[in-house]
Amino acid sequence: MRRKKTVRAVLLGLLMVTGGLVSIQAMAQDSGSDVSGGKLLLTGGVSSISGAAGGGLTPWAVIGGYDTASQIGANAFCTIVSVQDYRLNDCGALFGAFNRVEVSFAHQSFNTEGVGAALGLGRGFTINQNVVGLKVRLFGDAILDQNSWLPEVSVGIQHKQNDQPGLLQAIGAKSAIGNDYYISATKLFLSQSLLVDATLRFTKANQIGILGFGGDKHNGYQAELEGSVAYLLNRHLAIGAEYRQKPDNLNIAQENDWYDAFVAWAPSKHISLTLAYADLGNIVIKNHQHGVYASVQVGF
Amino acid sequence: MNRKFPVLAALIVACLATAPLALAQNATPASSAMSQDGYPSAPRDPSLKPVFAEFGGKAGLVSLMNTFMDNLMADPVTHPFFANVDRDHIKMELVDQFCVILDGPCTYTGQSMTSVHKGMGVTRADFNALVVDLQKAMSAHHIPFRAQNKLLAKLAPMGHQIITKP
Ligand code: HEM
Repeated sequence: MRRKKTVRAVLLGLLMVTGGLVSIQAMAQDSGSDVSGGKLLLTGGVSSISGAAGGGLTPWAVIGGYDTASQIGANAFCTIVSVQDYRLNDCGALFGAFNRVEVSFAHQSFNTEGVGAALGLGRGFTINQNVVGLKVRLFGDAILDQNSWLPEVSVGIQHKQNDQPGLLQAIGAKSAIGNDYYISATKLFLSQSLLVDATLRFTKANQIGILGFGGDKHNGYQAELEGSVAYLLNRHLAIGAEYRQKPDNLNIAQENDWYDAFVAWAPSKHISLTLAYADLGNIVIKNHQHGVYASVQVGF
Repeated sequence: MNRKFPVLAALIVACLATAPLALAQNATPASSAMSQDGYPSAPRDPSLKPVFAEFGGKAGLVSLMNTFMDNLMADPVTHPFFANVDRDHIKMELVDQFCVILDGPCTYTGQSMTSVHKGMGVTRADFNALVVDLQKAMSAHHIPFRAQNKLLAKLAPMGHQIITKP
């Protein structure tokens, strides 16, 4: 038990130190313009767990990726969510083009740690999921449109594939493959230094797909609301909170909505670090799972 | 799952719904050159009077514009645009423009944003680079971040007139 926590702490520490070193280097190179894909620092969001540009738990309408002369950009991220009884390792990348289209990928590894042993799956039993995302900006510009009430609006699809169909069937899920569809509206209230996002997701995913799609309690698409609020403290630092409503499709385990409170730091256009406290509620046989969310993103 | 929905939905809706109200209050008539899409080149906003003080009044703006132009010349992205123009004249026009926006005792007599930037081929990346150069200048002059954003909120919509290249 002790050892597990230590390993976790060391991993997190390493992640942060690596991020820190890269960022110091990036800062030293930060000559003229720390500007990212059609956005100013942080107003372009970070990488969400699904890989799409946004907050940590939910996508935003903004198109991710850093500017180049050709208006095409990319970034990569790794995120760890570590709660009392589980750990999610999540890495991926995204490409943004012409401030219009974003393609993203994420590989999520959900480590059941001790719970795996308790359920007879084996200690540290891991469920993997790949998420491929496509996002298209429909209209609006979160930054420029300060004189209108119109937000920036995008639609997206996330195709998710879980590698444990047998297990998912046993717990009552209907499928190991699922698509989420969402519409996001993001508005920057620059005069208030405030960014607000609301996302409506149509989904069948149980625990974002880690426990499959659809279930014995409910097996249809449901509309779930997600939201982020970020307050910009300065050009490099933002704090905020998020909410993600979730379905509850499985009889075997109750599922709760997710919350987090974060601080995001972007020392330059090349890097951002996000640290959050996340509350994930009940996950299978463990109640009130809460802990650390740590993410590093590098941009090209 | 559905218990919390109304609270959050109400919050977000309230946020988005109050925005147009706040913005409508700011929609004072143009004091000078109006661009094609109707957004003025120097939209005076009486509510920004306290921000004018935070910028150090007109003297503060004059000194800010020196740093801003130095930054633009030092930035490889913006340098080519400003290398061969009358920079002292632009600085003077910018002082008047910002001064009017912040409800200072000035008049903007320069051209509209559309006509002055026409044919320059300014991209989104160029525009953002200029904004960052301005942010850095404002920070160097110890202008509070919130005050900076109040000015930037007035300048941002001009991007639609200034950015002419995809
Ligand atoms: C919100 C952003 C901007 C504002 C408020 C702004 C404002 C102004 C003003 C007031 C003038 C002088 C007008 C006059 O002489 O009558 C001017 C000129 C000029 N601006 Fe901008 N500008 C902005 C963005 C840009 C950008 C992004 C570029 C290019 C990277 C740019 C390049 C120029 C140049 C080269 C001139 C001089 C034109 C000439 O004298 O022939 N501006 N701008």
